[in-house]
Amino acid sequence: MSEPNGVPAEAGERFAIGISFGNSTSSISRINPDGKAEVITNEEGDRQIPTFLSYIDGEEYHGTQAKAQLVRNPNNTVAYFRDYLGKSFKSIDPTPCHQSAHPQQSDSTVAFSIRDTESETPNTVTVSEITTRHFRRLKRSATEYLGKEVNAAVVTVPTDFQDAQREALVASAKAAGIEVIQLIHEPVAAALAYDARPEAVVTDKLVVVADLGNTRSDVAVLACRGGMYTILATAHDYELGGSSLDQIIIDHFAKEFIKKHKTDPRENARGLAKLKLEGEATRKALSLGTNASLSIESLTDGIDFGSTVNRTRFELLSGKVFAQFTGLIDGVVKKAGLDVLDIDEVIFSGGTSHTPKIANLTRNMFPEKTKILAPATTAGSINPSELAARGAAIQASLVQEFDKEDIEQSIHPMVTATPHLRNAIGVQFVSGDNLDFKPLLHAETALPARRIAQYSAPKDGGDVIVRVCEGTREIKVTKPEPKPKEEKPGKTDEDLDGSDFDSDEAEEEEEIREIVWKTEKPIAELAVKGIKAGGKAEVMIHVNADLGLQITVREVGGQNAVRGAVEAPKTVENGSA
Amino acid sequence: MATAQVVNVTLPSLPEGWSAEKDFKAVGTLSSASQRNLEPVGPHFLAHARRKRHHRTFSEDERIQAQHNVKKTEDDEDDDISEPEDIGMLSREAKDWKSQDHYAVLGLSKYRWRATPDQIKRAHRKKVLRHHPDKKAAMGDRDENDNFFKCIQKAHEILLDPIKRRQFDSVDELADVEPPSKKEVAKGKFFKLWGPVFESEARFSQVQPVPLLGDENSTQEEVETFYNFWYNFDSWRSFEYLDEDVPDDNENRDQKRHIEKKNANARRKRKTEDTGRLRKLVDDCLSQDERIKKFRQQARAGKDKKRLEREAEAKRLAEEKEKARLEEEQRKKEAEEAAKADREKNKKAKEAAKNAAKKNKRVLKGSVKDVNYFAESGEPTAAQVDSVLTDVDLIISKIEADELAALAERLTAAGKDAAAVKKVYTDEVKRLVDASKLKEGEAKVFA
Repeated sequence: MSEPNGVPAEAGERFAIGISFGNSTSSISRINPDGKAEVITNEEGDRQIPTFLSYIDGEEYHGTQAKAQLVRNPNNTVAYFRDYLGKSFKSIDPTPCHQSAHPQQSDSTVAFSIRDTESETPNTVTVSEITTRHFRRLKRSATEYLGKEVNAAVVTVPTDFQDAQREALVASAKAAGIEVIQLIHEPVAAALAYDARPEAVVTDKLVVVADLGNTRSDVAVLACRGGMYTILATAHDYELGGSSLDQIIIDHFAKEFIKKHKTDPRENARGLAKLKLEGEATRKALSLGTNASLSIESLTDGIDFGSTVNRTRFELLSGKVFAQFTGLIDGVVKKAGLDVLDIDEVIFSGGTSHTPKIANLTRNMFPEKTKILAPATTAGSINPSELAARGAAIQASLVQEFDKEDIEQSIHPMVTATPHLRNAIGVQFVSGDNLDFKPLLHAETALPARRIAQYSAPKDGGDVIVRVCEGTREIKVTKPEPKPKEEKPGKTDEDLDGSDFDSDEAEEEEEIREIVWKTEKPIAELAVKGIKAGGKAEVMIHVNADLGLQITVREVGGQNAVRGAVEAPKTVENGSA
Repeated sequence: MATAQVVNVTLPSLPEGWSAEKDFKAVGTLSSASQRNLEPVGPHFLAHARRKRHHRTFSEDERIQAQHNVKKTEDDEDDDISEPEDIGMLSREAKDWKSQDHYAVLGLSKYRWRATPDQIKRAHRKKVLRHHPDKKAAMGDRDENDNFFKCIQKAHEILLDPIKRRQFDSVDELADVEPPSKKEVAKGKFFKLWGPVFESEARFSQVQPVPLLGDENSTQEEVETFYNFWYNFDSWRSFEYLDEDVPDDNENRDQKRHIEKKNANARRKRKTEDTGRLRKLVDDCLSQDERIKKFRQQARAGKDKKRLEREAEAKRLAEEKEKARLEEEQRKKEAEEAAKADREKNKKAKEAAKNAAKKNKRVLKGSVKDVNYFAESGEPTAAQVDSVLTDVDLIISKIEADELAALAERLTAAGKDAAAVKKVYTDEVKRLVDASKLKEGEAKVFA
């Protein structure tokens, strides 16, 4: 893709940022001169810009200002429109818009009837037009911040975005003067934001990305193999999100208010709007502190209301909702045909991920070796609200210099549709008296792939055999009584390995579940002769797209190499390396 | 992942009796793969896409990328800013910097006024790296002469200051392209010879872009714009660079003022000369421009065409008029002839009628004569005859031609019967009296 003749003149014309276009908030980000992704603030200093537009007397308000209009000017405030883009009126769920301008049918699309000009008569504005206006504001904010006109962007979309939605999004952005270089999936953007950190090491891992938004939650399982991502499974809950938690706060305070004043503030539209706005702020405050207060002037009937709630109370009340979150994550892991033991990382993304309890509950679901990347569980994790935008900015910086055609060709199914390994490929090794297996290429690795590893030879050197096999993993369940712990293979000659978690788990009374690798099918055998004492053998396995293999083994520092090729299963010729 | 991961496990020893050709033995194949979509995101995917699209293997791709990176860094260093330095230039005295060619000193003589500030900077750096006095000293050159280095610094100073650079560019005659002579143009290379002249003159224009000469296919409008622009050329060219040095001491103020005045005059004079020169140049070009002749001819051809058309039109009109006139005449003539024929015909008819009337009158008169003027017997008296004839004449005078004919017919029918004849006459008189052509009692005999 990065052809040597990438003319900078073309690239100079394009100035791209990353945009995370969410249903409730959007973010814009760029790569700063230090090469790090950073989220840009808008004119009001917000990094999470509410995806709201509001109109008073023909004047347009955007972001936080527009959101504040929900109380006084709900009919001319448009919110939560991202999911309506490119959809027919029949297929949308208008629930989130209860307290703002209501979606209406207009021809084949969705529209809002709002007074967006100075005249008294409302205009019908399509959701595409609203999106264009939103993008125009985002573009202006970014341009003003950066001092250079932004004319292109990488935009994140949920994994369930259909082609029509994508096209509508690209068209709306274009109308706002933004060329959409690429649309990328939100979970992948989040994973990229973590993997693009300079300290990150490219490893083979399975990642769960939990994108918990305000109105909906999406969870995806990604296989990250050598820095390339493949989505294995996704799950969506369109009703679960921050607003579900807000509702708990609202109900809590409403009950308190009823107790004192005998009226239900939720029955009054304005009271409910106020409660919702403040409740959301309170819920967010509870993610940071253990106590949060809420005070609303003239909540209903001119009565001012002020109260506090502590985090424990909130967590007790929200138990059911939290269970839904964790259930969603657990469900998607199962859907991918995996076990929680397989998961190496859980990335929390989206504003609701700040809630500590969700991360803590997830922590308990997964084994200890799994990294839970949320502010509550891992110090130094990236702000979940910014992940998607950062990922988009990183991708924008990677592709902004390429020609449009070049990008199109590269994201074409011809390139993206690739065979993935069904089973892991690895090498047999000695563990005690037995032969054991360790994967070198994991299952779901995109082909062609190449991995190199160094293995120790027996202590006193000599001839060794490298037996390349396919292996499968099994979950071995051990009851604690018979044996406290199975001797972990390979412990004899290693000092720092991830296997020391076994010893911690041994104390617990629960049954121990662990991954055991089983040699399934031998592929090839190679002999390396005369390795020096304490020497190492380097194995390089190259798997072609047609499943043919080239295997090279040589002694580290030695001259002689043993090479061999294994043919592809179906009489397909091997390409030479 | 090109780097090797270190796996701390021990490989098994080679079992006894294991042997294979070249120490390699394939014993199985992989199980089938599952097709999945890769997410087109991240640097590693880009590498994958590159390999897949160009059908490269890992090692090929690494090699090509490495080469590409190396080339890039070389590009940055090596440049086209390298010209051989001639000995004369190297041995210049730094103090007569005014006469030095700054572009040549920096090795930019093929770019001259086109050189970008970036090129100048890089060229300067290159020259400094080579000609810095310390470098010379390190090379064992005992000569303390750093004149050329000073030249470089001066050139750099002037060329990087936009005002000074303009002053120098104004008098940079090496960038000028001499206008061709008439003889050269006559060989038919007008555009090839004049084009570069205007391209080089265009650098002085305050207004950019400058319309250029174009070619033989330029439209009249383009050519007119071109000449209009060049006749109203707004030049930034100035001649400060050629100023005589103004003495810097305060000793002789008058002298200083005198020189300043002289300089100002010289600048003005040069500027006027330059304007004149450019005007003459454009004049020369215009006079040799075949396109102008072509347009004139076209205009003339257009005019002629119009005139011819007008004439043709006039001729056509005259012809039409003539034709109309002839037709009119013809028509008149025909009408006249017709009238004449008519007249003749009328005359004949009249004569015939006259004859008939005469005949009828004769019949009338004869009829009364035949019946012997209604005399019962014997010869009628003169008075009788006279009265009868008077009455007959009266009838004749009052009667119409056709009635006369009818009367004559009836009389002929009556023959010589006196009573019948008389009755015919009496009836006739009666009828005439009824038609009030005769008065009662006017006809005496036939009352």
